[in-house]
Amino acid sequence: MAAADELAFHEFEEATNLLAETPNVTTVSRSDQRPPEGHVAVAVDPGGSYGAEDEVESDKTALLQEQQQQPGFWTFSYYQSFFDVDTSQVLDRIKGSLLPRPGHSFVRHHLRNRPDLYGPFWICATLAFVLAITGNLTVVLAQRTDPSIHYSPQFHKVTVAGITIYCYAWLVPLALWAFLQWRKGVRERMGPYTFLETVCFYGYSLFIFIPTVVLWLIPVPWLQWLFGALALALSAAGLVFTLWPIVREDTRLVASVLLSAVVLLHALLAMGCKPLPLEHMAPTHQNTPPHPHGVLTPTPPRPTTA
Amino acid sequence: MAEAAESPGDPRTTSPRPLFAGLSEISISQDIPVEGEITIPMRSRIREFDSSTLNESVQNTIMRDLKAVGKKFMHVLYPRKSNTLLRDWDLWGPLVLCVTLALMLQRGSADNENDGGPQFAEVFVIIWFGAVTITLNSKLLGGNISFFQSLCVLGYCILPLTVALLVCRLVLLAKPGPINFIVRLFVVIVMFAWSIVASTAFLADSQPPNRKALAIYPVFLFYFVISWMILTFAP
Repeated sequence: MAAADELAFHEFEEATNLLAETPNVTTVSRSDQRPPEGHVAVAVDPGGSYGAEDEVESDKTALLQEQQQQPGFWTFSYYQSFFDVDTSQVLDRIKGSLLPRPGHSFVRHHLRNRPDLYGPFWICATLAFVLAITGNLTVVLAQRTDPSIHYSPQFHKVTVAGITIYCYAWLVPLALWAFLQWRKGVRERMGPYTFLETVCFYGYSLFIFIPTVVLWLIPVPWLQWLFGALALALSAAGLVFTLWPIVREDTRLVASVLLSAVVLLHALLAMGCKPLPLEHMAPTHQNTPPHPHGVLTPTPPRPTTA
Repeated sequence: MAEAAESPGDPRTTSPRPLFAGLSEISISQDIPVEGEITIPMRSRIREFDSSTLNESVQNTIMRDLKAVGKKFMHVLYPRKSNTLLRDWDLWGPLVLCVTLALMLQRGSADNENDGGPQFAEVFVIIWFGAVTITLNSKLLGGNISFFQSLCVLGYCILPLTVALLVCRLVLLAKPGPINFIVRLFVVIVMFAWSIVASTAFLADSQPPNRKALAIYPVFLFYFVISWMILTFAP
């Protein structure tokens, strides 16, 4: 049947070969945008006109990224492209991080693939300073109830808080991005987020801790736990909803481990920021003043009180 | 005198003449000067200026710089929208203010190394790195102010906070108590607001209009941190 072979289109040859090899697989026509669960989408000709069976969204993503021609990293305008946001956009992104909605990924709906570094940088800076200031204020307030506590400005807290928060806001997204890149092969539909988008949504997710840290000044323990739980829930929910479209195509084990690791690290940060209850502050007839924040200020070993 | 023989466009004809149509009809005569001198009127004055400052007395030189710095201090204390701070920037004022602030804020004898207020180096680093970061931020957002102009403005606008620190130190010599604290709080808040107003008056115009708040917020944070260091200072 030579004539039939010559008449057969080349694109279909690959498909028929594949079908012959794996007879159980279901082919998906191009009009279907979502392959049904559990089936493999057959990419007929990845580089050619039929293209891979990607979502329409990731095609748009590729176009958008092509349009933003990035100059070399040694030029100033390269970095200027990360600060290309208006006031209204930053405020909108902050609002989006405060009110996460299931099914709405922060990256797709608020960032729209234009991540910025203004938000993460200044939110982390503000959080570091607010932590140091409220730590100081806690000591002042404690001193008013218990005059034996020795007051001192404790300026080193700013350094410690700053380093911790910046490390969290950069190293954890780096690890997450690397992990998602490593698992990229399993995913057919959506490309992973770029490193900057990961840093961006992590940075914006820290915003809710700023008012929470201020509210933690109120010395009522159950109220502090309530605020902490609320902030952690909102922030972690935002992270989970953003990561869910990427992770849901992975195996269930990997997905659950990843999401629980993300939530756990976030919870650790929240616990580190939370002030210790007042009765843990020892009065000083030893000359070391109390350290109000739990983890962020490592205490030197104290002599035991009498 | 040009003798350009140009055929004038006939106003009664409605057909438009092509561009430069008349150029081919210009004849250049000998009377048009095509050579001469290009003189920049400023140049001779500047040369005079330079040679005169070389010969002037040391007192004149120092007084001129001091007067420039003093004029800028006045501009900060009575902020109006003017370009003086921006045009002739200098970093003497910021250096003097920063050193004064750091010297007065550093802790005296502390019981424990980790407590107490900031060291001299910490204040110095916070002020200069804070100013550099704010400048970088405003340039990255698209502002058209130069690096040193912005440093100059931010440094000079620390003047009200330095005054607040001096007042606080004087107030702390009196008896400690809540009134003491209220007075200090009030002074620091007023001076903080003054610093912000002064720096906004100079810096706001250089930002693109829909990003002004984004550029001013770090300035607010910067002066807030300095005010906090001043308020929590305990001798």
